[in-house]
Order: sequence, then structure tokens, then C-alpha cells
Amino acid sequence: MSEQTSLTYAKVNEDVIRMLDKPTVKWLALFIPTLGIVGFGLFCFLYQVYTGLGVAGYRHPVFWGVYITDFVFWVGIAHSGTLISAILFLFRASFRISIYRIAEGMTVFAVLTAGLFPIIHLGRPWFFYWLFPYPNQRELWVNFKSPLLWDVFAVSTYLTVSSVFFFVGMIPDIAAIRDKVTEVPRKILYSILSLGWKGSNWEWLHYTRAYLYFAAFATPLVLSVHSVVSWDFAMADLPGWHTTIFAPYFVAGAIFSGLGMVISLTVPIRKIFHLEKYITLDNYDGMAKMIILTSMIVGYAYGTEFFMAWYSGSPYEWGQFYYRATGEYALFYWIMVACNVLIPIPLWFKSVRRNIKALFIISIFINIGMWFERFNIIVISLSRGFDPAAWGVYKPSWVELGITAGSFAWFFMFFLLFIKTLPSVSIAEMKEFLPVPRKEANHHG
Amino acid sequence: MDNQGVLGIFSYIDVTINAVRKLKKEGFKNLRVFSPAPNHEIEHVMDEPESIVRFFTMFGAMLGAACGVGFTVLTSTDWPIQVSAKPIVSIPPYTVIIFELTILIGALSTLLGLLINSRLRKNAPKSMYDPRFSVDKFGIMVTCGRDNVKKVEEILNSQGAEEIKVDGI
Repeated sequence: MSEQTSLTYAKVNEDVIRMLDKPTVKWLALFIPTLGIVGFGLFCFLYQVYTGLGVAGYRHPVFWGVYITDFVFWVGIAHSGTLISAILFLFRASFRISIYRIAEGMTVFAVLTAGLFPIIHLGRPWFFYWLFPYPNQRELWVNFKSPLLWDVFAVSTYLTVSSVFFFVGMIPDIAAIRDKVTEVPRKILYSILSLGWKGSNWEWLHYTRAYLYFAAFATPLVLSVHSVVSWDFAMADLPGWHTTIFAPYFVAGAIFSGLGMVISLTVPIRKIFHLEKYITLDNYDGMAKMIILTSMIVGYAYGTEFFMAWYSGSPYEWGQFYYRATGEYALFYWIMVACNVLIPIPLWFKSVRRNIKALFIISIFINIGMWFERFNIIVISLSRGFDPAAWGVYKPSWVELGITAGSFAWFFMFFLLFIKTLPSVSIAEMKEFLPVPRKEANHHG
Repeated sequence: MDNQGVLGIFSYIDVTINAVRKLKKEGFKNLRVFSPAPNHEIEHVMDEPESIVRFFTMFGAMLGAACGVGFTVLTSTDWPIQVSAKPIVSIPPYTVIIFELTILIGALSTLLGLLINSRLRKNAPKSMYDPRFSVDKFGIMVTCGRDNVKKVEEILNSQGAEEIKVDGI
């Protein structure tokens, strides 16, 4: 990380807090259209609530469509944030330091987005609270044996724990902002959020231990959440869904897509805020290597699905996979293969891994490919079940596409607000990485 | 006896550590060291007991697991729905709920442990804090009797403190 050697403690504070200056015209030019698209998504949702789920394009036999695709996609996006912030923290991978805050923010906002979709997907969304176990007049309890209820517990736990992890990680940095800002409203806001942090040895002692335990909790949690999401499908006996590889396949895919999104988000931020000294080529190199690994796992899973379909001798299973590659949805299938398996191949070359433009373009294709992966798994499997008399083709409606566009805008809206109000790079952790100021030149072991 | 707070501000970690050693050697035990980032050298020289946040974590996780078992088993037996020969209380699917609640309550309990323990000792008063501690300065706050204020100031000065503040606590 040679680019980082010229940094000092004071410079880190200055650079990170500078990002929180008043919104620029460029920021507003991004934020206002984003709000407009969120508004359109909200309009589509209200139209659906008023008219009924029929406007969503659901037709027999496909009753899980774009909304569930979006749900799985956004849960997946969330995963690499926790990977970067928690798992790589436990492994002491230094390349995570400058990007983990952005990745963590991405996690929280992606789960916030994902959590909307099961509710949007409900016929009567105002009864969503029936999913929670509470004593009620109906004298009914929820079905704890259903994977859909596991989802409720897994996703709400994930949202809570990742939000706590995100907030706790920011406390010392928010204190640094509190100490810097002079405007009264901001001073009050950051004073409240910093919880009176003063950076004493006693506070650091408890803080570092608590942070370690949060990381230790978040690590198995992140693996469990996408496993549980995969069991929404794998627990059913539908051809294309009923397979034991789904949990690792989904987890690898989630990390793969999340890394793609981290790169897509950090490249413009790095450029706009001149963070080249913080988010270095080494950071991108490390992420690109993880993309290669997860891309191979995902590609292997695609191959394994076909192999199992053929080797099992089940005509239903083989029929499903033959249909995926050659049927009405074949274009989507091959887009998925191209984006997730073929396009990341150039990352094997160091020159590509350290080329920001190439990485950005590849990351966009990964985002597209992973959305189609979820669409293919969900929609194609449902459209060709066991009984040919019950086959059908599903086409998303404008309402579904509008809500999907709204969800992307919703995610970016939170992200744009985040980079203007909270520290996008961890000030305290950057300082841990820099040499501690010393009078004597000899370095403590 | 009224206590006084004496705060020394330093620019270098090694100077700060030496000052802490000297103060400890002179018998001043009620010290607080401020730093812009966590530091092992400070942790080592302060020699504080291990954080008890871990007990909050452990008991929170155990409580979460117990809640998971309680939720699933008690609600299943409260309204048993017999489906062919399948068990009313089925452990494999309930494991997911138990696991998630273990993590959820364990993490929330850790947060509680952090908030409670960081403030167990009286937090440093505003006058004994310098905003530069969140930038690049280190600080040592010594709580001592009025009689010892001068001696502490002398030690801090001799150890290279760049500024010294004195205030009542």
C-alpha cells in the first residue's frame, strides 16, 4: 500500500471529514433524479395495492417472479459487506480497511431494500406483521417449520446485527466529526450519535473486544442468511430447486454479486472525492481475486446442476435444465453464464485487476448477471414443473419493473445520504494501519 | 479529600507511554489515557483487567438460544397440528430459529455490554477532554488529591507534555 505511506493521522481526519461538506451540484444532480425514481416505484406499489396483485404479471404457474428475484438479489448484495467487514476482519486482511465502511453501509441499505420485497409480494401487504410470532386474537402461532418463516428470522436478525455492527464501528469516527464541526445543528447531531465517546483507554478496551465479538457473530450469520434464503427454494420438490448444493451455491453467488456492487460503488466515490490514497489499487486487486474465486464456485455450481440433472436420470430435472439452456428464457440463461463465468476471466491477469475502468465495467456485468441468475432459478423452474399441462411463460409487467427500478433508486438514495452524513472511510482503523507518531525513530515490536 | 484532574497532552506515543510509566512508578494509579486509535502499547502499559463484555456476549447468546427453544417448542405444543406421522416438535427446522435468536440476542447483549462498561467508570469531564484526541494527540488524565497536583504537573512537564490543564473533578 505504497500510496498510503504519505498519510498522517491529521490528514486522514481532514480527508474523510471533507467528504461531509455541503452537497455539491454533482451530488444533487444524482440525488434528485434518484428521489424521482423512488417516487415512481412508490407510485407503482400504491397502484398495485389499490388494484391488486394481478397487475404484477403473475400467471399460472409462476407466482414468484421479479419481486422474489429482487429480494434474493438484494440479500445477496448485502453479503459481501459483512464478508469485508467481519470475515476479513477476523482474518486480518489489510486490504479491507479503506473499503469496509462503504461495504457495511451497502449491507445495511441492501437488506433494507431486500426486506421490502416479501411485503410488496404479499396480496395484502398491510398484514405483513402476521409473520411475527405474537399472542393474538386468532390464537394461532406462526409455522416455525416453514422456510419462509426462517427467512423472517434470518433477514430481520441480519438487518439488526449488521446495523449494530455498522453503527458501533462508526462511533469513534463520529466523535472525530463532532470535534471538528462548528455548526450547532451538526454538532448536536454528531454529539448524540457519538454517545459521548472520548477515546480513553477504557473505552477502547471494551470497544475492541465488543467489535471482535460482533465480527464473530456476523460471520456465521452471513453464511446462515443466504443458506436460509436458498432453502426457500431447495425445501420444495420442484425440478431446478430441489438440490443440496443450493446453500453454498447461493452464499458464493451472494459474495460474488456483493463484491461486484462494492466495486461499482467505490470506483465513482474514489474518483469524485479523490480517495486514491485510501482506496488503493491493492484494495481492488484483493477484491478482484475474491471475485475470481467466487466466480469459479458459481460457474462450478452451474455445471454441477447440469451434471446432476443428467446423472440423476430424472426426466423432470433434465427437462428443466435443457429448457433453461434452450427454451423461451435461454437468452437470460446465457446472459447469466456470460456475465458471471466468462466476463470475469480477464481478472486472472494482474493488469486487468489493477485497471480501474476494466474492473468497473466487469463489476457492472456481474451485477446484471447475478440478477438474471436469481430470475432464472426462480422463474424458469416455476414455469416448467412436473406437469406439462401446467407449464406457462411469465413476463414481468411494467409495475414490477417500476418497483424494481424504484428499489435500485431506494438503495442509491440511502447510499448518497450516507456518503454526505457519515464517514465513508473508517478514520480509526486507517490510523491503526498507519505508523503511530513517535519521537524516537525505533519502532515498537 | 477533593480530587483534582490533571491533563497532559502529548504528540508522540512513546513519550506518552514513558509518562504513564513514570506516573505509575510515583504511585499515581488513577490514570486515563486518550488516543485517536486503539493501541496495544497503551493497553499493555495500563494493564487493565480483561473486558467483561465477553460475559454479556455469552449470556446473551445463551438467553437467545433459550428463547429460540421456548418459542418453537412451546408454540408448537400450544396448538399442535398433526401432519401424518410427522413430529409436533421437530428439531432440524427449529435449529434455524434457535441459531438466529442466539446471534440476535447475543449481539444486542454485546452492544448493551459495550454501552454499560464504557461508562462504568465516571466518564472524563468535558474540561478534561481535548478535541485533538480524536485527531492526532494523546492525553493522560491523572486524578489525584489537591496536594499532589503540583507533583503531577512536574512529572508531566518533565516527561514532555506539551500542554497541561488542571480542573476539579
